[in-house]
Amino acid sequence: MSDSIDLLQEARDGNRRSLSKLLTLVEEGNPSPVERGTGLSLGITGPPGVGKSSLIGKMIDVWVDRGESVAVLAVDPSSPRSGGALLGDRMRMTNADSSDLVFIITLETRKHPGGLMDCLTPMVDILSECSWENIVIETVGAGQSEIRVVAFADRILLVDGPDRGDIIQAEKAGIMELADLIVINKSDLPEAERAAKAVKSGLSVGEDETTPDVLLVSAHSGEGIEEMVDALANTTTSPDRERLRVRERLISAWDSTLLTSNELENTLQELEKGSITLQEAVDCIRKEG
Amino acid sequence: MRIVVAKPGLDGHDRGAKVIARALRDGGHEVIYTGLRRTPEEIVRIVIDEDAAAVGLSSLSGAHSVLIPRVCDGLRDAEINDVIVFAGGIIPEHDRQSLYDVGVRAIFGPGTTSTEILEFLSTLDERSESGEPVGVGEEAGWHW
Ligand code: B12
Ligand SMILES: Nc1nc2c(ncn2[C@@H]2O[C@H](COP(=O)(O)OP(=O)(O)OP(=O)(O)O)[C@@H](O)[C@H]2O)c(=O)[nH]1
Ligand SMILES: [Mg+2]
Repeated sequence: MSDSIDLLQEARDGNRRSLSKLLTLVEEGNPSPVERGTGLSLGITGPPGVGKSSLIGKMIDVWVDRGESVAVLAVDPSSPRSGGALLGDRMRMTNADSSDLVFIITLETRKHPGGLMDCLTPMVDILSECSWENIVIETVGAGQSEIRVVAFADRILLVDGPDRGDIIQAEKAGIMELADLIVINKSDLPEAERAAKAVKSGLSVGEDETTPDVLLVSAHSGEGIEEMVDALANTTTSPDRERLRVRERLISAWDSTLLTSNELENTLQELEKGSITLQEAVDCIRKEG
Repeated sequence: MRIVVAKPGLDGHDRGAKVIARALRDGGHEVIYTGLRRTPEEIVRIVIDEDAAAVGLSSLSGAHSVLIPRVCDGLRDAEINDVIVFAGGIIPEHDRQSLYDVGVRAIFGPGTTSTEILEFLSTLDERSESGEPVGVGEEAGWHW
């Protein structure tokens, strides 16, 4: 702990190496020297390859131009579809690597069988404590576990693409309901406008004033980026979305308790042998937790 | 191990670097690939921010004798002495010794298998556990 307090002090004074060391400590499960829940973050998610990283790269430019700092936590930057662009998040935010106002760090969920919940929130808190003004979490919105990562963010931006397939994926993953703002990226491509219409009409089913906006943007041409950054600053979340996120967070905490339980191996074996029932297994792990 | 795979300079050959990045990842390492055309200063910055234990530099365009030492110097200037630097690509035999002298611990040419690189990395683990120098700012001499 004393280690981490020293590192925090140095990180506050602007030492990047101490900051990254401290974040590693916390990622490895060591206690954080910063009070929990003090930082605010923006979660950016969406189907593989829709341009999340490219957009973040552009958002970084806008923020840096305005003199604001930005830290990015790139979660699992190797999505199944963009297989070719291996670990490509960082490489799409290139302008970032020379500015003192930008800090990017990569996280691998593969290292965290219990999910990222135990480290993500404290990492955001530390970044906030060290005066990083905009804290962004990028995660691929391809399935349940990714949704649970993004549910830890305070605001959620859903990035969708011009393909019908992209939108269907986002819907299937259940991110539509969580998003505070939706953007259709690649507006330079012909199908984008139609995609935006489709998403809008899908959303207006249960229409009220808290329905998220849908904007058209392009990370390539730069269209709509400033508007998006401004819209994000002004967006508020709705009680419905907040409740959904709290629910996802609870489920992740629950999963994490299960997956990191000392009884897990044992219980699995007993189940396999058929010597206990599923209900008994649940009871056993709950007692232990 | 947390490893940055980087392409310094204007060299546009990224096939090898990607092959290596993937191989290391499949070998159980955490890999951060920088993409093309990074300056030595940017690479040093990425190593710091990502808290990497090692950096692998890929060079096929002939600029290795200029760019690789700059990364090594940059790391030492920032007092990052324990980070391991290794390299690959088209680096002729007669240029290698001077790179070892500035702290590069291994150089892998065309046809290198991932098994060989993974072996190198586990040797590093053994060496650092027994306190032998491996970092860019530690005593030069040993190389793969
Ligand atoms: C494919 C290729 C291209 C492609 C590149 C496509 C791409 N996106 O990568 C294209 C057509 C674009 C290209 C362009 C050029 N090329 Co070219 N190219 C080649 C070629 C034929 C094969 C390279 C390759 O992809 N090999 C396959 C990969 C898997 O192997 P590898 O990169 O060597 O990587 C292995 C190892 O070296 C090692 N490794 C590599 N990096 C790293 C990093 C780490 C950390 C580790 C551990 C290991 C490691 O592990 C890998 C797996 O075994 C080579 C000749 C050759 N046989 O090497 C010339 C070659 C590299 N090109 C050359 C040249 C001159 C050029 C050009 C300047 C113009 C030209 N004459 O064609 C342009 C420059 C482009 C630029 N902006 O840099 C020369 C370089 C000469 C030199 N160094 O003095 C070469 C050697 C050809 C030659 N004999 O003249 N090229
Ligand atoms: N035409 C067009 N292509 C774009 C745009 N934004 C991104 N792309 C391309 O889409 C591909 C994926 O971009 P990324 O930024 O890596 O997408 P991502 O959503 O972060 O991808 P993952 O993190 O792998 O899920 C790249 O080839 C980009 O060049 C855009 O506005 N227009
Ligand atoms: Mg990405």
